[in-house]
Amino acid sequence: MHRRLVMQQFAQAGLALGSSQLLAAGSDRPNFLLVFLRGGYDAAHLLVPVGSSFYYESRPTLAIAKPSADASSALALDSNWGLHPALRETIYPLYQKGQAAFIPFAGTHDTSRSHFETQDSIELGQAPEAGRNYRSGFLNRLAACLRDSNAMAFTDRLPLVLQGDVKVPNTALRTVSKPAVDARQSSVISAMYQGTGLASNVEAGFAVRDEVMREMAAEMDAASRNAISARGFELEARRIARLMKGRYNLGFVDVGGWDTHVAQGGATGQLASRFEELGRGLATFAQEMGAQWRNTTVLVLSEFGRTFRQNGNNGTDHGHGSVYWVLGGSLRGGRVVGEQVAVTQANLFQNRDYPVLNDYRAIIGGLLARQYGLGPTDLNSLFPGAQPSDLALL
Amino acid sequence: MPTLRFFRPVSSLTVALLLTACAVPTTPPAGVGAGSVQSSALSSEASRPNAQTPDAILLSQYHWVNRLTWGANSSAMAQARGLGPPALLATLLKPSGAELPAAVASQVQALSISQKPFVPMMQALEQQRRENDALKNDEDKKAAQQAYQQELNRLAREAASRHILRAMYSPNQLHEQMSWFWLNHFSVFQNKANIRAMLGDYEDSAIRPHALGRFRDLLGATTRHPAMLRYLDNEQNAAGRINENLARELMELHTLGADGPYSQKDVQELARVLTGVGSNLLVADAPVRRELQGFYVRRGLFEFHPGRHDFGEKQLLGQAIRQRGLPELDEALDRLARHPATARFISRKLLQFWLADTPPPALLERMSQVFLSSDGDIAATLSVLLSSAEFAAGAGQKFKDPMRYVISALRLAYDDRPILNTGPVINWLNRLGQPLYGRQTPDGWPTDEAAWASPGQMAARFEVARTIGSGSAGLFRPEGQANLEQPAFPQLSNALYHQVLASTLGSGTRAALTQANSPQDWNSFLLSSPEMMRR
Repeated sequence: MHRRLVMQQFAQAGLALGSSQLLAAGSDRPNFLLVFLRGGYDAAHLLVPVGSSFYYESRPTLAIAKPSADASSALALDSNWGLHPALRETIYPLYQKGQAAFIPFAGTHDTSRSHFETQDSIELGQAPEAGRNYRSGFLNRLAACLRDSNAMAFTDRLPLVLQGDVKVPNTALRTVSKPAVDARQSSVISAMYQGTGLASNVEAGFAVRDEVMREMAAEMDAASRNAISARGFELEARRIARLMKGRYNLGFVDVGGWDTHVAQGGATGQLASRFEELGRGLATFAQEMGAQWRNTTVLVLSEFGRTFRQNGNNGTDHGHGSVYWVLGGSLRGGRVVGEQVAVTQANLFQNRDYPVLNDYRAIIGGLLARQYGLGPTDLNSLFPGAQPSDLALL
Repeated sequence: MPTLRFFRPVSSLTVALLLTACAVPTTPPAGVGAGSVQSSALSSEASRPNAQTPDAILLSQYHWVNRLTWGANSSAMAQARGLGPPALLATLLKPSGAELPAAVASQVQALSISQKPFVPMMQALEQQRRENDALKNDEDKKAAQQAYQQELNRLAREAASRHILRAMYSPNQLHEQMSWFWLNHFSVFQNKANIRAMLGDYEDSAIRPHALGRFRDLLGATTRHPAMLRYLDNEQNAAGRINENLARELMELHTLGADGPYSQKDVQELARVLTGVGSNLLVADAPVRRELQGFYVRRGLFEFHPGRHDFGEKQLLGQAIRQRGLPELDEALDRLARHPATARFISRKLLQFWLADTPPPALLERMSQVFLSSDGDIAATLSVLLSSAEFAAGAGQKFKDPMRYVISALRLAYDDRPILNTGPVINWLNRLGQPLYGRQTPDGWPTDEAAWASPGQMAARFEVARTIGSGSAGLFRPEGQANLEQPAFPQLSNALYHQVLASTLGSGTRAALTQANSPQDWNSFLLSSPEMMRR
């Protein structure tokens, strides 16, 4: 294999061979992680409209109490909003440090209320009136805009959002096991592909695999000494941070379990547990990034919000407007930002859901413009036809 | 558990190799030495046998078998022996009553999707779902709903198992491949609602009977199946509350193609044709106003509800729809199925599946003509493709997607020996990113090289190669039973290898095989080789 060729072909995808230390050392390059909550999480259960009497009327068994000394009450953010108490130890401290912000009334103008349709809309990020190109996700277009992007999907398969012209690798981190194909076998296999069209892919595939194993070595070492290990999303988030401190600076991960039609619970229960695990993972990610956290931004979003009123099953159904979260070491957060309206029945969309006042393409475009200094040309290739809205979070 | 016998004793050589390999697994692999001698005799590039030699005939036969089946093995070669390519093709295009081997047939027969009639099963599940929803206690409700979901998962897994067993062992290999092809063309996503419970019937009643038949019949059967109607939201499509989802995909993905000659107006008109076309999972018919009762249609779970249908005038592709009620759909499907754009779109997809990512234009044209003149006869159209000079010249070029890679590797590894657990196969397909019924979007899995040969996918593929090559991986441990599986690995250095497969390998692969330091290692290298990635 011609090493230089491999480096050229995969430089953009972050697969250039060699030591990750070289890239990581002294790097002030921006990092961006997109966390997709698949299933449509109940935004009104997270960012609680504590100033709205309509909220308390609409959710007799689900509502989170107004902030008080009681540990099961909402955590005060401002006069209108509170945070679910499951995030007391994790996201709330970040918010108080200005490293977290929430954007209510955020989402798409897709009103299908279909998980798939709306997830696709968001991941593709294409103009709503244009025909869909399933081979062009917005994070892939971002990777194409940036000179030094090393994108990685921390998922089983390459998600729609990272499909496109730039070659992006993927690797799921829920379970990481030592490869069965060892170094000797890998080199024999690579040799078989020399001179074939797949030579560079094969070599890069082994390189990514080795990179993951190098970054996970410390964790495996700890596990073998019976250290108490993190589980679930916290473990995954810590592994993502290890890889993003190293070579990869543009990441994607998805988290499921948000489709709470039934028995979603209140301050505790099904959804509270999901918030707790998610919050723990995100706080761990921030911590694990260390000095790199100040260059790092995390965006958490979901395809849609849920019905504002609880349904007959102590749950909520598919709705419209959501709440996006932004986290970052250099964030000017500690705020609830974006266009807002009073949470009243009159302001509901179709008398059922939160309206969308902050279009996802506008706010993500605005955020990424700040993060990467993107100009109008780049922004237009990222989100064609969208007007970025600058929430001045960075 | 029978004793392990990976291959029928095709020759005494195979038996000798098997014994040697198992007895001294740490020594350099049995078969490597013999293999390299044989392979250099068969195929060194300087002395490629000419078309008349027995070796050349065998090589040609191997390529034919390897491409007309899910992957060559000794059984498939035996089936083809004595038939020339035309006769082999004719046999495969008209599947006879040939059935699964008894041991596989009994596994399939034991599945509940083989035993429970579909309609009452779905009605019972729907009844269960409604009762669960009516439970007052939240915890009880959650438990009941979990049990319901588990049953759906189980049914989907059964469908996947059956599909895999047929792909591996059915003698009707062309039919099996076309069943996968059409399942992918008329793709549904298992994780939407209760589609998991419908997969088995969708495959067996809507797809398989027509996989080599008439395209129009296939189109009609898939469009009316509850799995498709649910997946593409046509149950919500009613007069005044139009849902365009199925109408759009019917033209974009199932018939005319995205660049086909239709407009947004045609999508809206077809959506109006489709109003009222849905399913009814209850036993009782839906109530219908007296004056519309003559239009009501109920066949199994399929239901056409005239109360939801838009009876207004419609135009589709520049012509009026003349019928009224459900027959409008047949008129529209006739028009779509017989359109020249459909002939081209289907021919192109067939070519991309069978031959090349970029189809040869002249062959595409010939196929389209036959598709049109034969009124969408799939076997006739395929016959043009598979007996063409372009196809004959294309051996060893098409990159295998994960389904083909895994099934071909297993067919080679285990030949006609029935696996007892498809779980590992399902997991490998998941790991390689192409789960059966797991394509979320209605466009089906891509079949081109770019979609499947990325760095991460190649690395994962080598891991799977290693797993298949170095052990039995749980394939012979029936689900839910104690571990009775004896540690063993398949013997790929077998008669087929020495007779012909070796001659297909390039010098890089042959050199790699000599570096194997165990039979497992040798298997893994062979399954990882560039030649095994293509057919």
